[in-house]
Amino acid sequence: MADSLAEPEIQVQILSRPELLAPVRSMVNALAQDAGLDDISACHLVLAMDEALTNIIRHGYAGSPDGRIWIRLSQLADGPGLRVEIVDRARTVDPDQFRGRDLDEIRPGGLGMHLMRSLVDRLEHAPRPEGGMRVVLEKRPAHTTAGVA
Amino acid sequence: MQPSGPTLDIVKESVGSATVLSPKGDVDMARSPIMRKAIAEALKAGSAKVVLDLSGVPYMDSSGLATLVEALQNCRKAQIALSLCALTPRVRSILEIARLNTVFAIHESRDAAIAG
Repeated sequence: MADSLAEPEIQVQILSRPELLAPVRSMVNALAQDAGLDDISACHLVLAMDEALTNIIRHGYAGSPDGRIWIRLSQLADGPGLRVEIVDRARTVDPDQFRGRDLDEIRPGGLGMHLMRSLVDRLEHAPRPEGGMRVVLEKRPAHTTAGVA
Repeated sequence: MQPSGPTLDIVKESVGSATVLSPKGDVDMARSPIMRKAIAEALKAGSAKVVLDLSGVPYMDSSGLATLVEALQNCRKAQIALSLCALTPRVRSILEIARLNTVFAIHESRDAAIAG
């Protein structure tokens, strides 16, 4: 079943609407488990993706419901795990703006970037030359490390 | 695609001096305002204790966590006890990663939360 993700890649396009996050989560959760992630690891990848999408909707598109977001999913080439690439055409956001708060400071908010960093094995986020942002998230099963199946 | 607006069913029960709120579903960016409103209403009602039974919550994002932290702060100001109970393994792991598992009073069961 996991091999079904190797080729071709799966790509979906959604509009920047919070109510669309739930169906995307369901799809990615199922594909993550097909790609070899256990339930908790799949949940963590889904949450990291969700936080990235929330940032795009809230900050990149500033709440506009008609922005476009592309989500591309592929199995990792060197072992079990899933790669999620998210691309948008929103305004460029400085990733350092979302550095996150000190976890010892108990207050609402500021957790999204911390969660993204903590939940996945690889996180890249950078402005695209043509505009918008590109975020890459990779998650492997809890018992593996990069490059080791 | 034009999905209907987000919904989050929240069962509200009074048990002695406690108000127990039991949301059913994901608590995410679209739904956390619904939980925030339900908690605020429980605080206004003058409960001595608010218990959030999270057994029906399979998923929570940072907006849900922020709602919980805000509720805790509001309860402390009003000198109302706030407890969480019956966390699903997924939500428990998310609280742990955010290091919030040590901030909240967390009980295994609803009965323990009401009595605690």
